[in-house]
Amino acid sequence: MRLLDSLRFRIATLFRRSQMNAEMEDELRSHIQHRADDLERSGLPRAEAERRARIEFGGQVRYKEECREAAGGTLIESLQQDVRFALRMLHKSPGFTAVAVVTLAVAIAANAVVFGVLNALILRPLNVPQAQSLYGLERGSDKAVNQSYPDYLDLRDRNRSFEDLAAYNVAAVGLDTGNNPSSAWILEVTGNYFDALGIQPYLGRFFHGSDEHGSNSAPYIVLTYAFWHSHFQDDRGVVGRVVQLNKHPFTILGVAPPEFGGTLVFVFPDFWVPIVNQEQVEGVNVLNARGKRGILMVLGHLKAGVTPSQAVADLNSIGSYLEKTYPKDDGQMTFSLTRPGLAGDWLGRPLRAFLMGLMLLAGLILLAACANLGSLFAARAADRSREVALRLALGATRIRILRQLFTEAVLISLIGGTAGLWCSVVLLRGLSAWRPLPTAPLQVPVNPDANVYGVALLLSLASGFLFGAVPVRQVLHTDPYQVIKSGSTGTVGRRITVRDLLLVVQIAICALLVTSSLVAVRGLVRSLHSSFGFEPQNAMLVETALSMAGYSGDTVPAMQKRMINALETIPGVQSVGLVDRLPLYYGANSSYVFTDKTTDLRPANAAAEAMRYNISPEYLDAARTTLLAGRTLTWHDDKGAPRVAVVNREFASKIFGSATNAMNSYYKTKDGSRIQVVGIVEDGKYASLAEDPQPAMFLPILQSPSSQACLVVRSNGDSQQLVAAIKSTVQDLDAGLPFTIRTWNQELESALFPSRMATLSLGVLGVMGAMLSITGIFGMAAYSVSKRLKELGIRMALGAQRKEVLQAALGRAFKLLTIGSAAGLLLGILASRVLAFIVYQATPRDPLVLAGVVLAMLLLGLLATWIPAKRALSIDPMILLREE
Amino acid sequence: MTAQAQLLPGTLDLLILRAVSLGPLHGYGILLRIGQISGNALLIEQGALYPGLFRLVRQGLLTASWGTSENNRRAKFYELTAAGRKRLREETDNWNRLATAIGSALAAQPEEV
Repeated sequence: MRLLDSLRFRIATLFRRSQMNAEMEDELRSHIQHRADDLERSGLPRAEAERRARIEFGGQVRYKEECREAAGGTLIESLQQDVRFALRMLHKSPGFTAVAVVTLAVAIAANAVVFGVLNALILRPLNVPQAQSLYGLERGSDKAVNQSYPDYLDLRDRNRSFEDLAAYNVAAVGLDTGNNPSSAWILEVTGNYFDALGIQPYLGRFFHGSDEHGSNSAPYIVLTYAFWHSHFQDDRGVVGRVVQLNKHPFTILGVAPPEFGGTLVFVFPDFWVPIVNQEQVEGVNVLNARGKRGILMVLGHLKAGVTPSQAVADLNSIGSYLEKTYPKDDGQMTFSLTRPGLAGDWLGRPLRAFLMGLMLLAGLILLAACANLGSLFAARAADRSREVALRLALGATRIRILRQLFTEAVLISLIGGTAGLWCSVVLLRGLSAWRPLPTAPLQVPVNPDANVYGVALLLSLASGFLFGAVPVRQVLHTDPYQVIKSGSTGTVGRRITVRDLLLVVQIAICALLVTSSLVAVRGLVRSLHSSFGFEPQNAMLVETALSMAGYSGDTVPAMQKRMINALETIPGVQSVGLVDRLPLYYGANSSYVFTDKTTDLRPANAAAEAMRYNISPEYLDAARTTLLAGRTLTWHDDKGAPRVAVVNREFASKIFGSATNAMNSYYKTKDGSRIQVVGIVEDGKYASLAEDPQPAMFLPILQSPSSQACLVVRSNGDSQQLVAAIKSTVQDLDAGLPFTIRTWNQELESALFPSRMATLSLGVLGVMGAMLSITGIFGMAAYSVSKRLKELGIRMALGAQRKEVLQAALGRAFKLLTIGSAAGLLLGILASRVLAFIVYQATPRDPLVLAGVVLAMLLLGLLATWIPAKRALSIDPMILLREE
Repeated sequence: MTAQAQLLPGTLDLLILRAVSLGPLHGYGILLRIGQISGNALLIEQGALYPGLFRLVRQGLLTASWGTSENNRRAKFYELTAAGRKRLREETDNWNRLATAIGSALAAQPEEV
C-alpha cells in the first residue's frame, strides 16, 4: 500500500510538474526581490541591489534541482532526462548506433523466428480443449504411430484409461460440387472424433459414433472453416447440401470452428469424412484387415486422475492379449504415449532435435552479439572517460552515471529488439501463409503469439542489461583527477579477460555454424547427384486415383491399361509406365516378406520388411530403373499366371544371400502365397533420401491391383506440348477423372524439402554468425591497436620490422581465432550426427568440408583484421611521439 | 562581519522548524528570523534554505500557502503542522541532550577524570 501511495504521489507530482516549476520560480524570485528591497533600503540603487541579491542567493539552477529532488518524483524525471540525453548521445554517433541496432535486430530476429517455429510446432499444444491430457499412441520399439482398424476398435473398447479413443487418416479424394471435379485432401476419422476431442461445430452439426452402421453407412462431410470460406464463400446454406465425393453422394453436415484445423499440425485438410466410408473414399476397404495398419494415428484424452504410465500399462495388457489372440497379424504390441500433433516421434524427434539445436545456436548468436556490443560499449566508455571524469568531478554520483549508461544500452536494445521483432513477425507470417509443396496440403502454421512477443522483449531487455554491464567496472574505477590530468590511460591487459573468452566462444559458434552449413550443403549436393534408382529428368507424372471417378474392381486395371495405351500414342513419348505409389513420395507401402522355408508367418519371423510397388510392365523402362538380371514383368503376369516379382539387389542379398541365388527362387508374403523372383534391378531411394539401402519388390499390377496410380510418361519432346497432349488424351478417356500433371523433378522437390530447409536455415545462421564474428574480431583488434599505438610507435622507432609489429598488434586476435575455430570445428563434427537425420549422408569426415571450414575461418580473420592491420602498419613513430 | 559558524549537517531543518514555530513566515523571512534568533552567528547560504523547505513540506511537517508579504509582494508562507510541532519538540530535546553531553565532555578538566 505504501509503495502504491508513493508511486501515485510520484506520478501525480510528475503531472503537476510544470505548475510546480512555475511556483518554484515564483518563490525564488520573491525571495530575491525581498532581499533586494532590504539592500535598496540600505542605500543601494535598485539594479545593483537586485544583482547583489542574486549573487547572495547562490546557484539557482542547482538549488532548483535539489528542491525538485526534495519534493519527490525525481526518479521518473531523471529517467526522462536520461532517455533524452541517451537519445542525444546516440544521435551524435550514428555509426555506432546503426551497428548496435542492426546487430541486435538481427540477433533478436533470429531468436524470435526460431522460437516462433519451436513454439508453434513443439510447445503449443493442439488447439483442442484440455490439450494437456490429449495423447497419441505409439506402437513397438520403433514407435510406429499407425494402427489397424480392428486393433483400434479393441484398444478403444477394452481400455479403461481414456475418455475415448479416436483415430484418423489422411487421404485424397475427388470432390465435385456441381461444376468441375477437383481433388481435395481430407482426414478420414472415426465417428467419435469430434466428440472425443471436445470440439463444437461452428455451423450445422458434426457426425458422431452413433452414425456408424458398417461400411459406407455414413456419407457425411464436415468442412474446415478455411475450405468453407474459400470454396463455399461463407455460404451458411451449405449445410444439408449433397456433393459428389468420388462420384458418391455425401451430405455436408456442418463446419468446424476456425481455430480447429485437424489433428496434424503441419497438414491442413479440406474436410473430414467418417472412416467407415473408406471404400468410397479410398477405393479399398481395409477396415476388417487386422494386418493392414492404415490408420495414421489413434489419440484420446486421458481420464481424470489416470497417469500416462497407468495408461501405458493398461494399453500393454490389451496389447499382449492381441498378440496372443492374433499371432499372425499382431507383432510387438507394446505401447507408449506421445504428443499427438506431430505424428509421434517419427517426425517429432528429429524435428525437436533440430529445432532445439537451432534455438541453441540462435541463443549463442545473441550472446555473441551481446559480447560484441559489450566490447563496443566498453570502448565507447573508454573514449568517454573524460566526459565521465568531468561529470564525476562536478559531483555526479557513480550510480547516476551508470544509470545513464544503462539507459543508453537498454534504449539500443529496445530499438534493436523492436526492429528484430518486426522482421521476425513478417517472416513468421510469411512462413505461415506459405504452402511449400504444390502437391500436398502442407503448411507451417507458425503465426507469432504473445509468447513470441514476450520472449523477444525479454531477450532484448536482458541483452541490453548484459552488454550494458560490461563497462560498469570501468566506470566504478574511474579516478577523475587522473583521467583529466593525463588523458585516458591505456593499460594493456596481458591476462585472459572475460571479453577474450566471449570472443573465443563466439568464433567457436561461427565455426560450428560454418561447419554445419557446409556439411548440409555437401549432403544436399550429394543427394542431388546420388542414384535414386530412377531418372527424374525428361519424365512427366500424371497422377490419378480412379476411385475418385467411381472405378472399382475389374474396371480399374482395364482403365489403367487403356490410359497407358492412349498416352503411348502421343508423338515424342518413348514409354509410359504405371506405379501405385512413387518412390520418395510421402510415405511408402511396405510388407513383411518371409523365406520360402518359413511356415510360421508371424511378423517376428519375417526375413525383412520390403518396400512394395505395384507396377505395370513398362514402369521399370519408363523410370529408367536398370535391370541387372532376369526379365521385367509383362502383361501376361496376370491373375491366371503364377505370381512373380522383380526385386532390387538389396532384397536379393538380404533374403537369398546373393543375386545369383535369388534368380528364379521363391519367397513368401504374409498371406502365404509363394512369389518367384524373375528379375533383379538396381537399388534406389524409396522412403527418404537419407535412408540406407532398403529391400524393395516390384509386383505386377494385374496380380495386385491398385486404384491409386501414377503414370510416368517419358519423352524427349517439348514439355508444354506434351502437357497439353496428355490433358486432352486423359479427358477424351474420361472427362470426370480428376488428375494432375507435373514433372518428376518438381515431384522430387518434396523429397528434398527437409534437407533444403535445414541447409537454408543453417546457411542463414552461418552468415549471421560469420558477420558477428567479423565485427567481434574487428572490434577487438581495432581496440587493441588503438590502445597500443604508442607502444607500437616506439617499437617501430627502435627498428621493429613490419612482421613483428603485426604480430604484436594482432597476434592475440589470431590466437583467439585459432582456438575458437578449432573448438567450433570439433563441435560441428559432433553436431553433424543430428544433421544426419535430415540431410542425406551428412558427414563431416569429408576433406572438402574440413578444408572449407579452415579456409572460411581464415578468410574471416583476414577480413576482420585488415583495417586494424593497415592502421598498425601506417603508424608514423615521429608524429606519434611528437603528439605526446 | 563577525565570525560565523558553519552549520552542522541536519541542523538546518531544526532551525527552520524553530523559526516557523514563532509564526507563519515566507522563505526570506525565515532566513531573517534565523539570523535574528541566532544572533547572526550562523552562516547559511540563502538558496540552501529552499531544498530544506521542500523536504519538510513533503514530510508533512510544514504547510505552505501563497499570501502577501509586509513589502506588499507575493510570497509563499510556511506554517508548522501538528506533526511539525511534535518533531520540533523531539529534535530540540535530542539536541539539548547532545549539546550537554558534548559540552560537558569538552569541558572536562584533568582532575575530574
